[in-house]
Amino acid sequence: MTDSSTRKFNTGFQSEGNTQLKSGDLLMDRYEIQDIIGIGGMGTVYRARDKNFQAIRLVAVKEMISQINDPLVRKKIYLNYERESNILATLRHQSIPRIYDYFIHNDRAYLVMEMILGRDLDAILAETTTFFSESQVIAWGIELCDVLHYLHSNQPEQIIFRDIKPSNIMITPQNHIMLVDFGIAKLFDPNEKNTMIGTQGYSPPDQYRGEATPKVDIYALGATLHHLLTLRDPRLEAPFTFSERPIKQINLNVSDELVAVINRAIEYDPKDRFDSAEHMKEALINAGRKTGLLKDFLGVTTSVSPQTKVKPVWSFECEDEVRGSVVVQDSMLFVPCYDHNLYALDASNGAFLWKYATQGGLPGKPAVYDNNIIIGSEDNRVYAISRRSGSEVWIYYGTSPFRSSPAIAQGHVFIGSDDGYLHAINLLSGRLSWKMDAGGGVRSTPFIIQENIYFGTESSELICLDFGGNTRWRFRAKRAVTSSPTVVNEIVYFTSVDATLYALDANTGWVHWRFRFGRPSISSPMVVDNHLYVGAADHVLYCVNAQTSKEIWRYQAQHQITASPIIYKDSIYFGSVDKFFYSLDANTGQLRWKFQTEAPITGSAFAYNDLVYVGSSDRMVYALLA
Amino acid sequence: MKKLFENLFKSKTSSPPEQETLKRTSPLVRDIKMADAETAPLSEEQLNRLTDGEHRIQPMQLVVGAARDVGKSRDKNEDALFTHSSLIGASNASLPFGVFIVADGMGGHSHGEMASETAVRTISSYLIDRLFTALYGNNPTPPAESLQEIIKSAIQEAHRKITKSAPGGGTTVTAVITIGTQMTLAHVGDSRAYNVFLDGRMHQLTRDHSLVKRLEELGQITAEEAVNHPQKSMLYRALGQGDVPDPDVFTASIPQPGYLLLCSDGLWGVLSEDQIFEIISGAANPQRACQSLVDAANARGGPDNITVVLVRMSN
Repeated sequence: MTDSSTRKFNTGFQSEGNTQLKSGDLLMDRYEIQDIIGIGGMGTVYRARDKNFQAIRLVAVKEMISQINDPLVRKKIYLNYERESNILATLRHQSIPRIYDYFIHNDRAYLVMEMILGRDLDAILAETTTFFSESQVIAWGIELCDVLHYLHSNQPEQIIFRDIKPSNIMITPQNHIMLVDFGIAKLFDPNEKNTMIGTQGYSPPDQYRGEATPKVDIYALGATLHHLLTLRDPRLEAPFTFSERPIKQINLNVSDELVAVINRAIEYDPKDRFDSAEHMKEALINAGRKTGLLKDFLGVTTSVSPQTKVKPVWSFECEDEVRGSVVVQDSMLFVPCYDHNLYALDASNGAFLWKYATQGGLPGKPAVYDNNIIIGSEDNRVYAISRRSGSEVWIYYGTSPFRSSPAIAQGHVFIGSDDGYLHAINLLSGRLSWKMDAGGGVRSTPFIIQENIYFGTESSELICLDFGGNTRWRFRAKRAVTSSPTVVNEIVYFTSVDATLYALDANTGWVHWRFRFGRPSISSPMVVDNHLYVGAADHVLYCVNAQTSKEIWRYQAQHQITASPIIYKDSIYFGSVDKFFYSLDANTGQLRWKFQTEAPITGSAFAYNDLVYVGSSDRMVYALLA
Repeated sequence: MKKLFENLFKSKTSSPPEQETLKRTSPLVRDIKMADAETAPLSEEQLNRLTDGEHRIQPMQLVVGAARDVGKSRDKNEDALFTHSSLIGASNASLPFGVFIVADGMGGHSHGEMASETAVRTISSYLIDRLFTALYGNNPTPPAESLQEIIKSAIQEAHRKITKSAPGGGTTVTAVITIGTQMTLAHVGDSRAYNVFLDGRMHQLTRDHSLVKRLEELGQITAEEAVNHPQKSMLYRALGQGDVPDPDVFTASIPQPGYLLLCSDGLWGVLSEDQIFEIISGAANPQRACQSLVDAANARGGPDNITVVLVRMSN
């Protein structure tokens, strides 16, 4: 329902000052708490879902609890906090999390901000056993200078961060830095009011005198880079003793150019340091240029504008059309191609790892299980291929093409064939356990949940089997069911060539509702939080409410959408026969960007680590920034 | 078999005194419960509840409670309710089926009682006609129409009947079909359906079709103003009035563990969600919960007819 409201039963909430919010709690009737992502002295940081948006938008909710009992002091603290939030809310920089909201609730203050994925440098430092490469440290350093320069030039009030250190720097999955923890917590906590803000080891002597100038941040950045290059934690050393631990004495591989930049940043006297973060950035760029190390990172210094033309991070050319769907597992990308090959590429850079040649085209989507990849081929066979070596583990011989994609459960591969059977193949031996007469070709990918197998047939049925291959129920549509069903909350969703989207009861096969398209569909629906996304031959990508079967939004492409959409973060990704690959805002259906390939896209994309991978009939596989 | 009945009756006979205790003290249910929790040893029933004995019942089935009361200030009861719960348990099938309806006849109309009764009779028979044999007959055959279409047709059929048999009368209706673990709901007016979760969350499934709620949705009045608004019970959509209504129809999962609650505004207009939850969670079974809810609403003045249906899925 559109107006449903969830309320929390909160007896005794006020009295227990330190109770954490629970998963499922709803703040301000808007932020649904999902999980705790951090615990600090002031309170807890939660991951929450913003219910104001129909699709999933995750936010970080930072909770601050003041332990002060005096109501006047508390009020003042909250005012300070509010003022600080207001300043932060005006900042716009790619390395600063966006602030969405703040409010006081149940005598606690909350700050709602952009959810940052990734890990902080402190955690990364704790795990590393080898030195970071110089080029990596320079690249991070340049980005940090960039954001510091932005803060230092803020109008009307200059912002001094005052606590640059590894634990306040997040590294995103795309390897960019984000500054987190803007010292709000410290302003908020009156106990620290008269003590120094900063961290011993990273903070310069002038900061101990109460000075807050850009030079304070420059020193701390220098100390942080020193830590990264030497892996010596300055918190464990006497303050201001960097000169006693020359970088090159610990790490021989660092260039003299970079050492000079860092040494200037950590000069004892502020006068001797860089005048500004911008100057330090230039010095870092020059150091990188001189040593030739910066070429990999060119571009990181330019502010990213959202409407730049989409360029693939990398692309890879196969020998024929890529009609099937790609899959990423453990940093390997698997590409089924019509040139009969299954390719394995390095997902991060597109480097070729191996290919395995079958005797027919590969139209489906590979399944990855343990160390093996399973794929059906138009050569009437199903292959299990070793993920590491690309050599075959077993081959299963059928009598007709396998155009369905395999599903794996209970030690078996379930896959449909044009021979009219669903085959259950033992995962270890590659031998047939049973096959079920479906009464028509099976190109739909089986969906397996709770000991039930659901799949569609070219003879217009949706069939539910148990693991023994016994029919639990069959449902007859008016035309072929080529799409793959998906089951969520005991409801089976699928589309048919009869131009209908069906929602059936998973236990009985009864129809809960139907939704009509303008044209047939073979696109498989994707359901997230009661929102169903699916494409059709009428060129439309639909977003339908899975409870009411009412359309929420639609996006009109220029040709058929046969691929199944995927959702990643707040966006929907899909390709169309119009050759474009689209990224839409999942909440509104607004176009975020589109990317033109040279030929129709019929397979589904795969998102991983902020990259979206898709194959096209132009023989290429593209890796695009999500 | 005889023994089984005896056992059943024995356990039945032990309950009435407790029920009376609850009744007498219902306005103070909250205090009693707190006191119990802190000092008194746990009764058998409480122990059962804590160990969730009901959850192990197989096959999974619906446990249903219902209550209907005129309240303290009305002469006649214009609310109507319907419950049906059935179950097949066989080696190849285990399927509970339920139909639950709450209807609240229009206060100002002469035909209010007739309208709500016609609504529950028409809708329940329409649904059971089409679904019961299809589910439980020798050759289970799904109907050609979707469940959403069937329940919508049932509502519209009721509308036509009311227009004929009780002209001028009108009624709200909140109707639910449950098959297995899923439910299909249809709703017109300001009776309500809630999912009640054991951790205290009350999730209102329906949207009130009342003028005041609409004003509130549009930001014209505040929630506080809405509570005391003189035209609180004015509906902009009702059965038997105006054109064939377009009910809100949707599919949802039965909360497990948890309850489905249907009620008229005589309950939700008087008790807060927290109070409703507290009574439900403190009651031994859905039946007692319904009675306690009615008692609590009456203890707070009982300004309107009170109707409650509470369903729990055991499993």
